[in-house]
Formats: sequence, structure tokens, C-alpha cells
Amino acid sequence: MQMVNRPYEAAFEAHALAHPEVLCLSADLTSSCEVDGFRDRHPDRFLSLGMAEQNMLSFAGGLGLAGFRPFLHSFGVFLYRRPYDQLMASVAYPRRRVRLMGFLPGVTTPGGMTHQAIEDISVMRTIPNMTVLEAGDATEVESIVAEADTVDGPVYCRILRGAVPRLFDTPLRIGRMRVLAEGTDVLVVTAGITTEEAIRARGALAAAGVSVRHLHLNTLKPFDAAQIVDHAASVRHGVVTLENHLVAGGIGSMVAEALAEAGLGRRLVRLGLQDTYAHGGSRPYLMKHYGMDALALVRSVERLTGHATGIDEGALGAVRIDAVHSAVKAEAL
Amino acid sequence: MRNDRTTEDIARGIRVRVFEHTIRNNGGYLSQACSAAEQLAFLYHEGLNLGPSTMPLVPPPFGGVPSAGNPGYVTGAGYNGPFDAVHDRLFIAPAHYALVAYACLIEAGRMAPEGLEMFNKDGTSVEMIGAEHSPGMEVHNGTLGIGLSTAAGLAWGRRRMGHSGRVCVFMSDGEVQEGQTWEAVQAAAHHGIDNLWALMDVNRQQCDGAMDDVMTVGDIATKFRDFGAVVAECDAHDVATLRAAARTPHPGRPLIVLAHSRPTQGMESLMPRFPRLHYVRFKSDEERDRLNRQIAAELGISPVAVGAH
Repeated sequence: MQMVNRPYEAAFEAHALAHPEVLCLSADLTSSCEVDGFRDRHPDRFLSLGMAEQNMLSFAGGLGLAGFRPFLHSFGVFLYRRPYDQLMASVAYPRRRVRLMGFLPGVTTPGGMTHQAIEDISVMRTIPNMTVLEAGDATEVESIVAEADTVDGPVYCRILRGAVPRLFDTPLRIGRMRVLAEGTDVLVVTAGITTEEAIRARGALAAAGVSVRHLHLNTLKPFDAAQIVDHAASVRHGVVTLENHLVAGGIGSMVAEALAEAGLGRRLVRLGLQDTYAHGGSRPYLMKHYGMDALALVRSVERLTGHATGIDEGALGAVRIDAVHSAVKAEAL
Repeated sequence: MRNDRTTEDIARGIRVRVFEHTIRNNGGYLSQACSAAEQLAFLYHEGLNLGPSTMPLVPPPFGGVPSAGNPGYVTGAGYNGPFDAVHDRLFIAPAHYALVAYACLIEAGRMAPEGLEMFNKDGTSVEMIGAEHSPGMEVHNGTLGIGLSTAAGLAWGRRRMGHSGRVCVFMSDGEVQEGQTWEAVQAAAHHGIDNLWALMDVNRQQCDGAMDDVMTVGDIATKFRDFGAVVAECDAHDVATLRAAARTPHPGRPLIVLAHSRPTQGMESLMPRFPRLHYVRFKSDEERDRLNRQIAAELGISPVAVGAH
């Protein structure tokens, strides 16, 4: 599996230079959000707003009113918790074309409760006029910049930074989930960093004779409920959602709502943070501790099928992860 | 939009309209008219470079909120004139002053008197707390403290685009209790946003009563200067000093004009209610009838004819 270093940096710079209405805003996390090089090379396109997110959100609303498309760079958690009122009144209500680039989603930060955006999907998807995207690999980080900037309204993006694996060879397209496997026993729905976990689990489950259907979501709002329901209807045992987020309000809730509204009876296991805060620690430790990793997914699949697979951590560690090529139907229309 | 009236005359007209409305409706944001009448009259009559209204004299009904499915949505900012490079833009930051702002639009010839009859009526855009679709409004400021930040962003953008028009925010002094106000001033100063200025109604009142009792804010002129603004002070009820303060040069910095006002100016009969002035609701028919007579006499008009209630 190829690892890509700082995929956001080059993608943002290329997009911004091609679009003069794009501005780069930061709230004192410029290098942490991989736009320090952009700041140094293009100071006239960069606005430092300091540690003052409430002002940054309303200021960005004003820039949007003037016709600019500001990209706000901070940790995801700082883009909505403190400045929620400003997000509502200055950005979301008036449909400003503000791009909220939320780095370090969920447990991808060791920073503990104050730094971990664990309810951002839940909050953002309930805001009228908001679009919510999540990048799951380097290709999606690279393509989310231009794709988000096509939206006539505000967009919140969960962004991965640093060394990011390349799983996909086709760009993120809003509203197009990726069908990564078309099995018939269990439907697995993932997004962001949990997709890599599910790919790992799938390899071991296939060897154990379990046929998994796997969907990778990159567009969380608007949510394609009809397609989720179609996929859920085509598996025998049920659905598992695995998200880097609280199960309440996030992907687990969205899938539950979709199934209920369609009147489709399928068992649903929601993996993720279970009505709890996380704490500071490494990403693998946190994913294991809170039941958000490949092994937790395998155990949930076993619950749905009623059969033990014998898969253990050793078996999961031995799974080779390759890039998903278009031959595997990387995108569904 | 100059005509043969004076700013003082327009201010008097604002007080009369808000007074009449308050008596008829058994309550209203009356003291805001007392403190802010000259300020809003000044902004619309001479302080700002506003083009003619682009909106109908009688406000259209509520046209829905902004959404992808509402392409015809417009804000109420067209009442302040066209959005072009040369004209100024105005945000009414304390949206609770909406009644006063609507009265000012009528006095400035931008809205028909019927518009005020729609105030706080279901299905109209003339809302009690000014929304961005309300006449004369461009952004939502009802949570207080967010207007100056938005204006700073707009001003930065307008400067970038080479606009000569400036951005003005009418503010209330209660907003200095919000941290965001200070974030906005420091950002505007840091980025040298000098096509931005604010006129602040310093009436020292807020919802709970006198600001000194609710939350002491200290010397706000010094605080604004320390955060990087140029500050000018004036008597809010003396248009000549208001005019001079608004002309204060402020290269490289935002200007904050502190207009020291009295919440009972022009309606001294309200004084017995002090400091409960944020929203004047009459305690009894007797109080309403008495204030109707007394304030009408102060304003030099006949008492408002009111039916039984």
C-alpha cells in the first residue's frame, strides 16, 4: 500500500492558484493543517485570523458575501464547537461558499477530548444548507479540495493529514459512494479511516468464507439513502456501520434512518464511539480500545451471521492491502 | 439621499413613529428610538453614501429562507441601495433595534409607512428582531456580537476588489460584553482594514437593566484603542459632533465612533421606568394613557388614539 506524504498541501495550492476567489484562512494551526508552505509562497492569498474562531467564522461569512470562497483551516473540532452560533448565522444560513477544512477528525488526534471531533458529522449534517464530506485516503484528500469548491453553499470536510494511504485511483465525486465489494452475507458501511480497517477485515473474512458487501462513503450529506437501502436489501444477515465518530448522529444513525424510512427490516450493528468521550492516545490504541478496528468489525459480522470465523489479530495483520483499482468497481453511479 | 429635511427632523420623525407604534401595540423597543434616532438618521441622511432603494416601498411578504430550492431569495439590503463598488454598506448589528431602523427607512423615504404596520405580523418580512430578509438588513445579527466580524470580512473583500464604498456597522454598547467584538477589532486592526467603521450607541443599557449592574465593561474607548482601533467620541444627540466624529481619519485601522446617548432622550417621561427600558411594555392602561399624553406633549404631537384593550 502506497503512503502519500501531505497530500492536502499540493492539492490546495494547485486549486487555489487556479481560482483567484479562493482564499486561505487559518486560526493559528497553519503548519498543522499543511498550509504553511502556501502561506509563505502566497502571502497575498493567506489571512491569519489567530486563535479567534468565532471571528474567523463570521469574517469568512463577510468574505463570502463579497464573493470570495474562503477555505478555513483548523482542526475540525475548532470549526464548530466554539463558533457554532457564528457557523449558523454567518455561514450556513446565508449559504456562504465557505469551505471548512476540518483536520484530525475523530480519534486521529492524540489530543484527547478537546481536540477530537467525535460529534462533528452529527452536528454538521443537521445544519440546513450544509454539505458534509469525508476523505478516506490520499486520493480523496487530493480531490476533495476542488470537489468541495464546486458546491454553491458551505461545505464541511473531514481531512486526513500527514502520511495518508492511497486506497483509490479515482477521485472523490460528491454523492457517489464507492462500492468496494459486492458480497451477499453482510453489508459493511465505512468512511474515512475506518475504510482501511474494513478492507483489512474483508480480506480475512473472505478467507473464512464470509461474503461481504462493502460501501465507502465520502459524501455524508447529501446522504444517498436509496442506494444504502438497495445494498442492505441484497445481503442475507444484516448491516454493520463502522465510523470514526459517535454512533449517535453519524453514519450509524443515517443508515438506521434510511432502513426505517424504507421499511426494510435488517439487523444493524453500529460500531464507533458508544456514547462516550475518547481520551488521548495513539490512533491504533484508540481504535482498538473503543472497538473501531478491523477486529471489532469481524466480531460484529460474526454476531450477524451466527458463525465464529476463528479470525484473530494475527490473521488481520497478515492481510495485504492493495490499492482499489477501477476494475473492482471503485465507483458506483 | 439628501433632501430638504434636516437630520434632526428625521430623528424626530423616528421617535414619533416608534412612539406611536409602541402605544398602539402596548409595547416596543422605545428607548432604542430615544438613544439612536439621531445616529440612524445621520447614517441614512448624510453619513453614508447609499444609492436609491432597489426594493418596493411596501415590503414583500416573507419569501422563504435561503436554500438551494429558493433561487429567488433576497435579503433586505436592497432598501439601503444597490450593491456596487462605490456605495457604502450598512449592517444593523443589534437586530433588536429593528423597529427603530424600520422607522428610519420610512423617514428616509425608502419604505412606505404601511411597512411598519406589518411589524411582527405573521408572514411578513418586517420581523421584530431584524432578520437578513427584513427591510434594511443584510445579515443576521440577532445573537449580538457577530456583526462587526462579518463587516470586517466584507470590508477586506471590498478593499481587495478595489471598491471605494465603505462598510459601516451600527452597533450597541452591550455588544462589548461579547468576546467576539474584541476578536473582530483585533483582526480588523491586524489586517489594516480601514474601509470599516462602526457607530456605537453607547446608552449603557441592556436587557436586564443598566450595564454597570449587569456586567461592568470599564473604559471601552481605551479598550478599543488598545485593541487597535481609532476611537472618536461624541454626543449622540448633537448631530454636529456626530458628524465631526464620523469624519475622524483612521488610516490603517478601523474607526469606532462612540456615540454617548441617553435612553430617554426626547421622552423624559420614561425616566421613572429606568433602568427597565430594554423593551417598554406598559404595566397598566393607566400607565399607557399617562405616557401617551406625556410623551406626545414632549414630542409636540397629539396623543395616539387607542381603542379599548
